[in-house]
Amino acid sequence: MKEKERDKNRFNKPEYFENRELSWIQFNKRILLEAKDKSNLLFERMKFLSITASNLDEFFMIRIASLIDMVHADYEKRDIAGMTPNEQLEKIIPEAKEFMAEQYKVLNRSLLPQLDGVGLHLIRHHEDLNEKQAEYVDNYFKRNVYPVLTPMAVDSSRPFPLIQNKTLNIGALIKDKKQPDVVDIATVQVPSVLPRIIEVPSDNEGETDIILLEEVIERNLDKLFLNYTVLSAHPYRVMRNADLSIDEDEAADLLKEIESKLKQRQWGEVIRLEVADTMDRRLTKKLMEQLNVNENYLYKIKGPLDLTFLMKAYGLDGFDEYKLAKFIPQPVPGLERERGIFEQIKEHDILLHHPYYEFTPVIDFISQAANDPNVLAIKQTLYRVSGNSPIVASLARAAENGKQVTVLVELKARFDEENNIVWARMLEKAGCHVIYGLVGLKTHSKIALVVRREEDGIRRYVHLGTGNYNDVTAKQYTDMGILTCNDAIGEDATAVFNMLSGYSEPPAWNKLMVAPIWLKDRFLRLIEREEENARKGKKGRIVAKMNSICDPVIIEALYKASAAGVKIDLIVRGICCLKVGIPGVSENITVHSIVGDFLEHSRIFYFYNDGFEEVYMGSADWMPRNLDKRVEITFPVEDEEIKKEIIDILKLQLADNLKAHFLLPDSREYEKKDLRGQEKIGSQNEFRRMAMQKKPKLDEEIVKNIFEPATGIEE
Amino acid sequence: MAYKIFAAIDVGSTDVTMKIYEITAKKGYRLLDYASSIIELGSDTYANGYISQGSLDRLCEILSGFMKKMKEYDTTEYRAYATSAIREAKNNEMVLDLIKRRTGMEVRILSNSEHRFLMYKGLAVNAEYFDKIVEKNTAIVDIGAGSVQISLMNDGKLISTQNISIGALRVRDRLKYFRLDTAHLERVMEEYISNEIDTFQNYYLFNKQIKNIIAIGDETKYLIQIVPELNITDQFGPEQLSVMFDRLLSKSPSDLAAEYKISYERATLLLPAAMTYGIFLKRSKADMIWTTQIDLCDGIIVDELERTKKLTFNRDFNVDIMSAVSQMAKKYQCDKLHNRNVAKIACQIFDKTKKIHELKNSHRTQLEIAALLHDCGKFINMKNAAENSYSIIMSTEIMGLSHREREEVANIVRFNSTGFPDYDEGREKMGDGDYMTIAKLSAILKVANAMDRSHKQKASSYQIVVKDKQLVITVDTLYDLVLERGLFDDKADFFEQVYGIKPVLRQKRSATI
Repeated sequence: MKEKERDKNRFNKPEYFENRELSWIQFNKRILLEAKDKSNLLFERMKFLSITASNLDEFFMIRIASLIDMVHADYEKRDIAGMTPNEQLEKIIPEAKEFMAEQYKVLNRSLLPQLDGVGLHLIRHHEDLNEKQAEYVDNYFKRNVYPVLTPMAVDSSRPFPLIQNKTLNIGALIKDKKQPDVVDIATVQVPSVLPRIIEVPSDNEGETDIILLEEVIERNLDKLFLNYTVLSAHPYRVMRNADLSIDEDEAADLLKEIESKLKQRQWGEVIRLEVADTMDRRLTKKLMEQLNVNENYLYKIKGPLDLTFLMKAYGLDGFDEYKLAKFIPQPVPGLERERGIFEQIKEHDILLHHPYYEFTPVIDFISQAANDPNVLAIKQTLYRVSGNSPIVASLARAAENGKQVTVLVELKARFDEENNIVWARMLEKAGCHVIYGLVGLKTHSKIALVVRREEDGIRRYVHLGTGNYNDVTAKQYTDMGILTCNDAIGEDATAVFNMLSGYSEPPAWNKLMVAPIWLKDRFLRLIEREEENARKGKKGRIVAKMNSICDPVIIEALYKASAAGVKIDLIVRGICCLKVGIPGVSENITVHSIVGDFLEHSRIFYFYNDGFEEVYMGSADWMPRNLDKRVEITFPVEDEEIKKEIIDILKLQLADNLKAHFLLPDSREYEKKDLRGQEKIGSQNEFRRMAMQKKPKLDEEIVKNIFEPATGIEE
Repeated sequence: MAYKIFAAIDVGSTDVTMKIYEITAKKGYRLLDYASSIIELGSDTYANGYISQGSLDRLCEILSGFMKKMKEYDTTEYRAYATSAIREAKNNEMVLDLIKRRTGMEVRILSNSEHRFLMYKGLAVNAEYFDKIVEKNTAIVDIGAGSVQISLMNDGKLISTQNISIGALRVRDRLKYFRLDTAHLERVMEEYISNEIDTFQNYYLFNKQIKNIIAIGDETKYLIQIVPELNITDQFGPEQLSVMFDRLLSKSPSDLAAEYKISYERATLLLPAAMTYGIFLKRSKADMIWTTQIDLCDGIIVDELERTKKLTFNRDFNVDIMSAVSQMAKKYQCDKLHNRNVAKIACQIFDKTKKIHELKNSHRTQLEIAALLHDCGKFINMKNAAENSYSIIMSTEIMGLSHREREEVANIVRFNSTGFPDYDEGREKMGDGDYMTIAKLSAILKVANAMDRSHKQKASSYQIVVKDKQLVITVDTLYDLVLERGLFDDKADFFEQVYGIKPVLRQKRSATI
């Protein structure tokens, strides 16, 4: 027993784990690296930079805000890497600042000059406008901007207004013309209803000149404060921990802690103040005073604030040669649109691999069910759907056609809450039975069930996927799905919806692995089985692809497996709290991280199982929130053809050396391969090529040896 | 369409469960959907005698959900049964009526013996499993929320069944009342349970050596779940049970619930259940407890298939009922030969007069039971035999008979040898029994009994025909039938009153002695 305990403790030392926030910053750095990478098209690089900015905003609002909450609540619990919240912040904030400096370095030194070179000129300062352009923007200001502005002067009788979260503002120092010795501050919000980018007439044929909205406002600021002299004006932006409930990633005891200290908590407190680095020192000081911010939370920015405008710039007309040609998802091989989808599922399971192949079969699945007189019931989980979702429309139509329609709507899907409530009401009106899942558990699973009356009895058709039922994101996210009428899975699907409807948990599952209760144990057992096999001198092999890995129990199990000789390759897009190459702990583990044009989103798990290979896919990452606090489904892939196809997909991703970054031993840093003299393999490119050629078979040459241990276990 | 969708609903004492089945001629039945919600109706009834308004609201909510769910499969038929929690509630009829009005669902109350017999059917239909175990003497211990049903199987047949009010929920709630610490609790519980079981043992087990115990009831599943290290599949013995005990005593229900992923309510029921098994195992000296995962819904579907003759089972459940009745007759030292003869004649008359009485097969079973038990009261006292027989039947559970059916049997027997009461008097005496059913079956039994008045089984065969408003019974015997004739006319009058045809006795002398 003691022996066992010691053994157990060998693998859970804090120094074997990475702090998740620091690992996240690494993830954003990998994206930034894509923005730097000259082998990417210029506009694509601009897009990557924009993504890093919106990512960082979310990171501040959710994660940093949460840590600050903990500090306020005197919550001292250490994270997976043994750091207190305060210690974490002390490390994260400087790294975040450094990261932001890097973003602007990329923008100013690399992207903007190169954009100039291809004829897209960002006029940084309104002073640089030529006469014609100046007249144009002044006119634009008068007609479009001025009517929606609300300037606010602040003096002894007028308090500083509430600056809304994530808004861009212009702060100014002003002097009353009648009282020349008093300097006041004023602020005006840059309206978010107007486009941030304004195209101005260019002198050169075929070139595009743009200026940012805040510059246009700044130029006309005197028109807003008529009785004042504007001394200086600069943009600033605040981020608050305002509308946030506690992030679901945090422990329940934290929630209690914070509730008990609610009074002390400063809701809506500013956690980041970004100002232009050229801002007048007096203005900065006054803003800091008014917003109650100390130096720690002040970020001086060398360039335009809020880089998400670059995504809009990407959308400017022209410049097609600098953008990646839009990829059209291809028809799923072997699936005939003219024939009913149910008939074809009955013949064999159907694998869907988005965005290389169409999302249409999923839409058809629901829409044909809605019109099929033999369909009795449809049940589906919806997490994030697109604005005009054809799936939602089909569900409503099905209910109107008299079918029993049950829709689980997850209201807690981050950022989509309001949107979700709107169409949830719409579905209810149409006669759907709308349920909202289990208290305290987000329903993250992606499952749709169709009950159909057929000649020989009731048959159930199921779609299981790794991504949301969203036809728009299905063109940008790499996800997998399966359509099947396997009886055992059908029964489980029924049980899932019964559970979500509030009935007791089923006594057992046939095939599905379901979180929160059963999934983690099952994963641990699968990992342990590889470990046992390795101990017996057999081959042990795990390949797992996911978005993030930060569950300490799973990581510990992987360490143990690695120590026993199991070869483990992880393909992790985002956060990775696991460290590779620790002697005696994780020498047999590698972490690949693919950052490509499509967002890697699928979760695939492969276990060698002494030759009886098992493949699972699902909605859950190896994170505590997925395994313990959400309803998630992971399903086995049993159709041999499909299993082989998925193993091929993993092989190709492991072979990627173009877009893959590799985690360095005992570090949180990643590195790309030196490709000089090497054949370049980009997995996303390969998948695109394969889809276009309608040749779903993998080029075996590329991936040979991928699934064999690089070095024999015996060695 | 070559199939039917059927729903079985169990409004139980701790859970409400629905199973939806697809029934096909070829493949039999297949479970399509299973939905269950925890709602402890039993806690209401056993503590206060009533189903509370709150529970009723919740129950209706669940049943409405079930009604919706049935539509998901276009379900054409269902049976919804309520068991002890509602049966024993003083407001049971109001509850059923409210359910009907709020949800549209017709729920019927099952008597304990009907309930247990359905459970038994669900169990016994799994022949491979069941037949093997019951080769040896076996006790089926069905731990419900309110009571435990113990049925004994001898030589593969059911021989007796007894209900004891020590169900897991009832024990838990009663013991909670004493607010005891665990160690203390264990002792009190053991005392409480063994008291009940010992009584049972003295009266029912007598010389029977029990080898196997089959445990019905949800608790066994969870008991196995809390000792994963033992890798129990479907049977466990005293050693494993003691590991379960230790686990139960060392952890609180909330720890058990969290650790082994079972609901809290369920966890609180495990200790009483384990104790019942433990004590029963100890006292009966059986070797092994066999577990099974059947529930009432499984019994309902088997019953439905049997009733609609969609499926034939290799076990004839009537044989089980009759074997239990025979055992009872033996216990009360009935005249076996005479009774069997009477039963034979009675059933023959029943079959020949089907067109006249229009009774169902279940009535034939009642008639047969009444014939087999009609003199059991003599065991107590020759003098007041009819009333004694009535009392014995009224206080002995007969598997497969509802309370009403049993009351009818008791009254048939009671009025077999005495004058049949008029309607008003009858209504007073017959309780839940149907006056005309009792009258019809009584009339047959009286005639049949008269035919063997001498208890000598004088005839080798009886020929019975209905002809011109007469029921002609031709007896083939060389014996003198004076005694039979004397009583016959008397009984025949009553028969004529009931059926409008007159029994006539004829004798044929072809037989040899």
